[in-house]
Amino acid sequence: MDMAVEAGVINQHLIDPEICIRCNTCEAICPVNAITHDDNNYVVRADVCNGCMACISPCPTGSIDNWRKVLVTKAYSIEEQLSWEVLPAPLPEEQLVATPSLAAPATITPPVPAAAPAEAVFRSSDWGATVPPWSAARAFTNLYGPKNAVTATVVGNYNCTEAGFESETHHIVLDFGSMPFPVLEGQSIGVIPPGSDALGKPHVARQYSIASSRNGERPGYNNLALTVKRVTQDHQGNAVRGIASNYLCDAKVGDTVRVIGPFGHSFLMPNHPRSNIVMVCTGTGSAPMRAMTEWRRRLRASGKFEGGKLMLFFGARSQQELPYFGPLQSLPKDFIDIHLAYSRTPGAPKRYVQDLLHERAADLAELLRDGSTHIYVCGLKSMEEGVVLALRDVAEGAGLPWETLGATLKREGRLHLETY
Amino acid sequence: MSALPSTMNYSDKIPNNVNLSEDRTLQRALEQWQPNFINWWDDVGPEGSTNHDVYLRTAVSVDPQGWAQFGHVKMRDYRWGIFLNPGDAERKVHFGDSLGEKVWQDVPGEHRANLRRIIVTQGDTEPASVEQQRHLGLTAPSMYDLRNLFQINVEEGRHLWAMVYLLHKHFGRDGREEADALLQRTSGDQDNPRILGAFNEKTPDWLAFFMFTYFTDRDGKFQLAALAESAFDPLARTTKFMLTEEAHHMFVGESGVSRVIARTCQVMNELKTDDAQKIRAAGAIDLATIQRYLNFHYSVTIDLFGADQSSNAAIFYSSGLKGRYEEGKREDDHLLKGQTYKVLEVKEGQLVEKDVPMLNALNEVLRDDFIKDSVAGVNRWNKVIEKAGIPTRLSVPHKAFNRQIGALAGIKMSPDGRVVNAVEWAAKQDEWLPSSEDFAFVASLMGRVVEPGKFAGWISPPVMGINRQPIDFEYVRFG
Repeated sequence: MDMAVEAGVINQHLIDPEICIRCNTCEAICPVNAITHDDNNYVVRADVCNGCMACISPCPTGSIDNWRKVLVTKAYSIEEQLSWEVLPAPLPEEQLVATPSLAAPATITPPVPAAAPAEAVFRSSDWGATVPPWSAARAFTNLYGPKNAVTATVVGNYNCTEAGFESETHHIVLDFGSMPFPVLEGQSIGVIPPGSDALGKPHVARQYSIASSRNGERPGYNNLALTVKRVTQDHQGNAVRGIASNYLCDAKVGDTVRVIGPFGHSFLMPNHPRSNIVMVCTGTGSAPMRAMTEWRRRLRASGKFEGGKLMLFFGARSQQELPYFGPLQSLPKDFIDIHLAYSRTPGAPKRYVQDLLHERAADLAELLRDGSTHIYVCGLKSMEEGVVLALRDVAEGAGLPWETLGATLKREGRLHLETY
Repeated sequence: MSALPSTMNYSDKIPNNVNLSEDRTLQRALEQWQPNFINWWDDVGPEGSTNHDVYLRTAVSVDPQGWAQFGHVKMRDYRWGIFLNPGDAERKVHFGDSLGEKVWQDVPGEHRANLRRIIVTQGDTEPASVEQQRHLGLTAPSMYDLRNLFQINVEEGRHLWAMVYLLHKHFGRDGREEADALLQRTSGDQDNPRILGAFNEKTPDWLAFFMFTYFTDRDGKFQLAALAESAFDPLARTTKFMLTEEAHHMFVGESGVSRVIARTCQVMNELKTDDAQKIRAAGAIDLATIQRYLNFHYSVTIDLFGADQSSNAAIFYSSGLKGRYEEGKREDDHLLKGQTYKVLEVKEGQLVEKDVPMLNALNEVLRDDFIKDSVAGVNRWNKVIEKAGIPTRLSVPHKAFNRQIGALAGIKMSPDGRVVNAVEWAAKQDEWLPSSEDFAFVASLMGRVVEPGKFAGWISPPVMGINRQPIDFEYVRFG
């Protein structure tokens, strides 16, 4: 079964809740963990299922063998599926025509039903797109799962924050040798730490965004880079050693690492020459931003992106903890417009990325009016709401109703949120 | 991963994926047991089925692509054998006092008696089911249902093989004797009955069979899932594979009852009546009778989980022999010491909850997991009734209803959870549990329908055929 996105339409794998007896066979047998359940239903994650059909014949009921063509933007979410009592009817063909964004990318389309009504509680995640930009390159996903993980060799590993500080972030380069591992900026990979947990189960893979561009950290080589922060505390500040992050940060050149993926089919950069990219990130959320910036930098040398603007809003606790601070400083000002916010600089007021967005409202508003602008947000979950609210304020301050603009950005794959 | 081949070796006399031919002693011992098994199958297996070619699902490997191969075979030629899920060389004990240690490939001496008891008890249920169902083929409501019955029969037989392999390989002479005894006990036998009560009950008709496969095979699911967590790795691996087969049995039960209900609702709507006698006269089974069957099978099955407080359960858990359902997905210390769990008891004529040590209440924990799963399925049956626009709903009776095991044994309790006196119990028993008249009526409907695509009048056709075959497919070819 081809789950590939074609003209914005996917053949989504669904389980018929009227026939399924909830025996768990499918979940137990799925090689990529695409199937999950609650007390009500068994459901398939559209973004994980690779259509390998391993679940089909073992299902005793036949309920598993259901497929619905849907627009990728309207793929049934896990939450929707969990609430079903019956399968939805197949959509008529005319509803499967993807919204044409080629026709008028520079204009804001008329109002559409908003993702969240104004009076409802504001949920920033409602505004994130699930569809890639129209000009994004086609991404390969799920080429390798836990059962056929590829082995990559560590060919570089250095601290990309200032040495001597408690918090350190490493820039790690992995080489895949002759194994195919095609990636795009904005995608991520999974790393499986060796050994097992306290319960004797093998460690599960941890996901990291790719920090290098599509043609490799070193152009023309089959390698990629990750930005990995060494975890020494949990979210409450208790001491804890992150399994995968410490494993990666301690890896020596020549060590091998088991990798699965690649993952991600919507947080992808636009390729059309006049597209603008607004990037908002914190900490290791900078990885995909570095990847996109680097690809643009390489293309710029060939003169293809003179018109497209790059704008970066980057937050960290302090300058010393900001990954890639040095290299960022050396980028030409006419290539990228960089704004840094530090929340823990002694003697200075706390500043967050959303403060920067407000400060640059006039320039941002101009970009928001442009249908070629794409916005990417990546980093700590706690910043997501503030950032989307700030975007809303900026838009409304410029006379662009957020209900309309936000819905358009989402529908056209121009606002992407990836927070953790 | 271990070097275990995922593909079955069908060239051996006993198909297996455990390199049986490398262990001559074990191979010979099992080859001696095999003719006894075939004799048992001939004597008490599915009656009158010897020459049928049945569209059966057979495993050719334990990976997803291989374990569901369909084709017409004679049941006597079914590839009964020994199939273990692939092992994980690094697997660790993940609950109990040995938490974090490597799992055992052999039986530790101190756990030998308990493990043998667990395996024998599980093994005893498998041939018992076949014995209980042996006459049902003669009254099948359709060829499709007949095939499903036969599929269950052969898989119960294979599950017996799975347990017999463990007994022979790991328990020496004791194990061989226990394996022989599995074929000597008979369901319902006065002198040598099966170990657990529910497996000595009759399965007199197809409604009882569907209820049995819904409730009692679901007990199997929960017991197997708890054993699949075991620190004794061969037991964990074999039960894991058994679980994938058990799913079909539950499907037959859930969809079977659902189809009976659908037909009843159809008749009720056609006749515009909820009068049980009129529905019966039209050849369908009234919902009240279905509810009474449900009450019976549910209460008998929840007894299978054992006493609500059990020091054995605590020992089995702490020593790593038997985990909880989905042990690996639970987020606690997996030791459970010092924790408590609520169980029911009757005090001064009232049901009250009391806290008991969690470890001693693990039978109750598993029972409650089962109850939750069962109730969800009953709600799916209710959807069928709801869709037909009929106001009646089915429900599971109170946990203390009709119990024979544990603190609630012998207490007279109504299905809705009232403690009642002996007089009321006697007066209402026929309202709450199937009466001899109910059995006689259901039995009167049991005529054999085996023409492809035809169904008895008391049951609706299924939504889809087996392995995406059409409903009128020739699932059984009568020789």
